[in-house]
Amino acid sequence: MTDALLTGANASTEVPLKRRLRRAERTRQVKALALVAPLLVFLLFTFAGPIVGMLWRSVEDSEVRQVFPHTVAALASWDGRDLPDEMAYAALASDILAARASGTIAIAAKRLNYALNGFRTILTSTARNLKAVPEPGTAKETLGKINPAWRERATWTTIKDASGPVTGFYLLAALDLTRNADGAIVAAPPDQAIYRDVFARTFLISISVTALCLILGFPVAYLLATLPPGRSNLLMIFVLLPFWTSLLVRTCAWIVLLQSKGVVNDSLHWIGIIDEPLRLIYNRFGVCVAMTHVLLPFMILPLYSSMKAISPAYMRAAASLGAPPLTAFLRIYLPQTLPGIGAGSLLVFILALGYYITPALVGGAADQMISYFIALYTTETANWGLASALGAVLLLVTLLLALVYGKLVHGQQVTGGMKN
Amino acid sequence: MSDNSLLRTTSQRIAWTATIIVSTLVFIFLIAPILAIMPLSFSSGSYLTYPLPGLSLRWYDDFINSPRWMNSLKNSMIIGVASTVLSMVLGTLAALGLAQWRSRFKPLVLAFVLSPVVVPGVITAVGLYFFFAPIGLTGSYLGLILAHTALATPFVVITVGATLQSFDTNLARAAASLGASPLQAFRRVILPLILPGLASGALFAFATSFDEVVIVLFMAGPEQRTLPREMFAGIRENISPTITAAAVVLTAVSVILLATLEGLRRRNERLKSSSA
Repeated sequence: MTDALLTGANASTEVPLKRRLRRAERTRQVKALALVAPLLVFLLFTFAGPIVGMLWRSVEDSEVRQVFPHTVAALASWDGRDLPDEMAYAALASDILAARASGTIAIAAKRLNYALNGFRTILTSTARNLKAVPEPGTAKETLGKINPAWRERATWTTIKDASGPVTGFYLLAALDLTRNADGAIVAAPPDQAIYRDVFARTFLISISVTALCLILGFPVAYLLATLPPGRSNLLMIFVLLPFWTSLLVRTCAWIVLLQSKGVVNDSLHWIGIIDEPLRLIYNRFGVCVAMTHVLLPFMILPLYSSMKAISPAYMRAAASLGAPPLTAFLRIYLPQTLPGIGAGSLLVFILALGYYITPALVGGAADQMISYFIALYTTETANWGLASALGAVLLLVTLLLALVYGKLVHGQQVTGGMKN
Repeated sequence: MSDNSLLRTTSQRIAWTATIIVSTLVFIFLIAPILAIMPLSFSSGSYLTYPLPGLSLRWYDDFINSPRWMNSLKNSMIIGVASTVLSMVLGTLAALGLAQWRSRFKPLVLAFVLSPVVVPGVITAVGLYFFFAPIGLTGSYLGLILAHTALATPFVVITVGATLQSFDTNLARAAASLGASPLQAFRRVILPLILPGLASGALFAFATSFDEVVIVLFMAGPEQRTLPREMFAGIRENISPTITAAAVVLTAVSVILLATLEGLRRRNERLKSSSA
């Protein structure tokens, strides 16, 4: 800025000082923005772009459009009340023949099978038995004969719903909803309606872990904030060392400790409390213990800084005014730690919601959280629409909570409590 | 205020004792798992149970002589160092700019810059997987370096930004008034003062990349597997004591990072108290 001021001074002295100052300030602002710009561009490419791309995939619907272009065009004017006309049947027959020739029928079959179980069979049987383009006017009859499903309205509404270019199908499916043949939003069939359970489970695990962290973290933060700096700095190592230790190391350590021949079971057996080893891992208990261990520092650190800011004079004042210790604690100390409790709990909850590695390694099949299903549909079954839709829901919840967290910890430090 | 003269009543003394007992148990809970895994890496047996049948270095031998583990260590280093350098350049420039920029959009821009920390790893990983696959960046070092840089840069912006906030801008003005060019002023006045902040930022960035596994899980080909990725595979398939040797190596790196950071913090505090 001094640079800008100096060049301003060299310029014509006729320009009023006020304007020169304003110009200098503007140059300064442009320079400042130019320094931030590289990071913004970089994040656009490596972070924002990919996430917007994922959100787009949660509503994109292009498979059926690509494979059955004529059918989609023919169904555009169909009102969906009765069976479509002969033209749509003829278009479908020629589309199926073309798709069979180019080998793309499986792409459409996969998409349609998501919406209507068994659609893949309908398409493959039709493709197998359709010898040639039906004589004009006989397409409806021919297809109906090959597979009676073509005489049902639901088969056709499924195709029309999947014609794209955008669809609410995946987002609805992520919430256990679907559209029926009349286009109304109804509950999804029970065999597909698993995601509300998964979201509920994700919330339940996250809340349990947050509560455990608060219960365990509060006394520790209190101790650290109350002890003289020398001793509390030393004890802080017990919090910071696990914080810096790799997540994989800690998860691996819990497997070693909690397995059926692990340290915990052996010790309990040796003391004589148990005869048979307890099942402590690959279940909900193991997930909660390991996640609490990983996330506890995120609770202790914000609690500690909020407690550190409380002047001991308040407690002395309360005592001198005759408040019994418990009353003083509940009415004077605890309320002042509430911002710390709020920040720590929200932080732990937000981080817990998106957990993937720990439940994947120490949980059973019934303990997998939403991230597991997002990963599963992305890499294993390649149902990218559903993976993206589940991701969109998780992202929305996370961002809303992060917004609350940001307000709580005052604008600037949206993630200030994260690693320091 | 911890001195016991404050704890006048019995009930207060009981409460304080309870706090100490509970805290001790929590400290054990925090540290015991990490300590429990270490001796197993020196076991001569191949089961992860106590008591150890005997001591040996065979699992370290196994670790060092396994091309798979050594390759993963090398990959972690390459990706960690590269993304640290990149995130330091981008993050320091941005922190310098943000310190001077005045606008009502600043909180919004700051929230955007810091958002990679908040967004769940799986979401970033899936987004990158879709985005990078068509342009050939999955299964490549470059793709992983770019992704890890995005995750690490927020920590650089926070750490360097905090250092700049405590930086006395009059020093830069003094340098300019004594005839230093902006570049000279930066190199000889500003840089030495913010160097500890930069070093902490670099440590955070390296630790972020070194510990990251979700993105690697989605994007790395067999050639780019990092140390945590190899551990993930090892835990999934069968836990051999070689994993505990790898865990000790990883923990040693964490301890070195933490100790360096603590040293920097102490040095900073000493400087502050001596200048005051």
